[in-house]
Amino acid sequence: MNILVCIKQVPDTKIIKINPKTNTLDRASAPAILNPYDAHAVEEAVRLREIHGGKVTVLSMGPPQAREAIKKCVQIGADQGYLISDRRFAGADTLATSYALYKAIQKLMKEDGVDLVLCGKHAIDGDTGQTGPGIARRMDIPPLTNVISVEEVDLKNKQIKVHRKIENGYERIQSTLPCLLTVEKEINEVAYSPLPNMIRAARYNPIVWTVDDLDDVDIKQLGLKGSPTIVGKMWPPEKSKGAEMLEGDVKAQGEKIVSILLEQRELFEMKEGVNE
Amino acid sequence: MNKEEYRGVWVFIEQREGNLVDVGLELLGAGRDLADKLEVELCGVLLGSNIDQLTQPLFEYGADKVYVIDNPVLEQYRTETYMKAVGDLVRKYKPEIFLYGATANGKDLASAVATEVMTGLTADTTLLDVNVEKRLFEASRPAFGGNIMATILCKKHRPQMATVRPKVIKKPDRQEGRTGEVVQESIDLQEDDLRTKVIEIVKDTQKKVNLEEADIIVSAGKGIKDEKGFKMVEDLANVLNATVGASRDVVEAGICSHDHQVGQTGATVTPKIYFAIGISGAVQHTVGMANSELIFAINTDPNAAIFDVAHYGIVADAFEIVPLLTREFQKALHSTEGGVAHV
Ligand SMILES: Cc1cc2nc3c(=O)[nH]c(=O)nc-3n(C[C@H](O)[C@H](O)[C@H](O)COP(=O)(O)OP(=O)(O)OC[C@H]3O[C@@H](n4cnc5c(N)ncnc54)[C@H](O)[C@@H]3O)c2cc1C
Ligand SMILES: Cc1cc2nc3c(=O)[nH]c(=O)nc-3n(C[C@H](O)[C@H](O)[C@H](O)COP(=O)(O)OP(=O)(O)OC[C@H]3O[C@@H](n4cnc5c(N)ncnc54)[C@H](O)[C@@H]3O)c2cc1C
Repeated sequence: MNILVCIKQVPDTKIIKINPKTNTLDRASAPAILNPYDAHAVEEAVRLREIHGGKVTVLSMGPPQAREAIKKCVQIGADQGYLISDRRFAGADTLATSYALYKAIQKLMKEDGVDLVLCGKHAIDGDTGQTGPGIARRMDIPPLTNVISVEEVDLKNKQIKVHRKIENGYERIQSTLPCLLTVEKEINEVAYSPLPNMIRAARYNPIVWTVDDLDDVDIKQLGLKGSPTIVGKMWPPEKSKGAEMLEGDVKAQGEKIVSILLEQRELFEMKEGVNE
Repeated sequence: MNKEEYRGVWVFIEQREGNLVDVGLELLGAGRDLADKLEVELCGVLLGSNIDQLTQPLFEYGADKVYVIDNPVLEQYRTETYMKAVGDLVRKYKPEIFLYGATANGKDLASAVATEVMTGLTADTTLLDVNVEKRLFEASRPAFGGNIMATILCKKHRPQMATVRPKVIKKPDRQEGRTGEVVQESIDLQEDDLRTKVIEIVKDTQKKVNLEEADIIVSAGKGIKDEKGFKMVEDLANVLNATVGASRDVVEAGICSHDHQVGQTGATVTPKIYFAIGISGAVQHTVGMANSELIFAINTDPNAAIFDVAHYGIVADAFEIVPLLTREFQKALHSTEGGVAHV
């Protein structure tokens, strides 16, 4: 079973700082990490390979330093990794991103077929969740988004069953293979990497392709040029005027809260009525 | 692309098992506003099986026209069928703006349609506007973990599409008896030709904490320290008949389950009253609750960021003031004479 996992290197948004003058990212403030959802996608691919055999390939589009994210995937257990990196990819929105990744996938598929494509549910920086379904549309395979469990893979009949998270529970969905899954964190726990993986990852050199290494690329569909959306203005989230502070000791403060709230008494009376 | 051919504002109307999902109605409110500014029609797109009864409420919530495709292959949401249906409608009728709820299915559908018709899609927006002169849709969204807001534009492609977070736009008032036009369309797909199938929908049977629907939420942050502090907050919630919320740090400390979490990676809530008790006010928390109607914040630190979003700030030790509030509300609301409060 050949599994392809799309992975993205992202700034760690937990510690990222915004430059207040330019309202842009202070990239130096945040270390680049493997998108956390993508780590779960790679883990799932590795687990499926352990059951069904085959190969796990990871693919990323990004600057040269994104090699580090690919090495992290090798540490989790991926067999090989490709980075497509070129100034002409830069500034891509999700439509242009899915096009570039699709072109690389086409090239990879010339060497080996692909039975399953995995993506993260979303990337924590751009945070759109649009890239996976975009790739699936371009490959003309079904996308199954928000997957929390792979129930069954039937390679002989080219079928897969998964659980897809929805607002009030989950759906059991069946699809033909190949298809594309986007995974939630619940799907697995990323296992602690065994030492041989760490050593292999440290020495691993991802294969890097530029636009010229891909076939039949329409340059107009790449990068900023190929992106229908553009980022206009950016600004820090609005701060309100701030709270009216309630003065006095705890008792005075408490009484004031009670009196403000009781102005909204209908809320409580309604609820009381229900209980009677 | 001739942009002039594209006119009208569309809203994807999500239904589940024959029930309208609220976000579709919220978007009719937002869409009405955009359509009025642009002086065009507001249209709903409704897909499913046996859904006739769902069109009338859409007119009452503001739609001028509803495109309906009623077919058994559309009974349950599937990307392949819905994408085909919506893609065909877009190609045929050419809307200029198209809104979807940012639910699991809404996001899935919008992403697939954007690629299908090759246009831009802005994700998870919380603020919508339009530049009337340029007929340019201005959709804004939080990015980088809520640390920044960005306005995304789609200048050269049509339709201009966005997914919109549930609960950030108020559901419009229903105008009983308002009517509109139903346009029936068809889809040319046979069940046997499809590649995916929903085998079963499994609902969460556990009683869920329903923060999204709550009128009053009392939320605990790390300032309440441990299970005992959390219990104290629950007691206050009980007398107020409120739902208990929490910050992520409380969830991560294992003090309560994730269904209580409010914020970017939890629930987005808009209750009438929100109490933030011992919550510092990190942006990832406040994006989920800042639209509450009346916010009380209790914190020992007078400089806590939560006071920037709160309406009333109380600098106090939660362990003193929360039990006091519980007692006072107990007295005021549950007075022994009569059951219902008479204050
Ligand atoms: C502030 C801001 C707002 C933006 N808003 C929008 C918007 O509303 N609409 C829009 O179209 N674009 C938007 N973008 C651009 C968007 O971030 C990029 O297109 C990005 O390349 C992919 O989108 P994402 O980060 O949202 O990824 P997602 O779509 O959230 O990623 C989902 C999965 O796709 C795969 N994937 C994503 N990117 C790559 C990659 N480079 N290499 C390999 N696999 C990948 C991974 O498996 C990932 O888990 C925005 C960018 C910024 C800076
Ligand atoms: C990608 C990402 C997603 C996230 N998603 C969420 C999310 O969905 N929801 C969320 O909440 N967070 C989220 N976070 C975490 C967020 O950044 C904060 O870390 C978190 O909200 C802090 O929780 P807290 O306010 O309870 O704790 P703290 O920041 O530790 O604050 C505790 C507060 O209690 C006060 N206090 C202490 N003792 C007392 C006392 N006796 N009485 C009264 N006050 C007292 C302190 O002054 C302090 O302000 C996310 C972070 C990231 C990076």
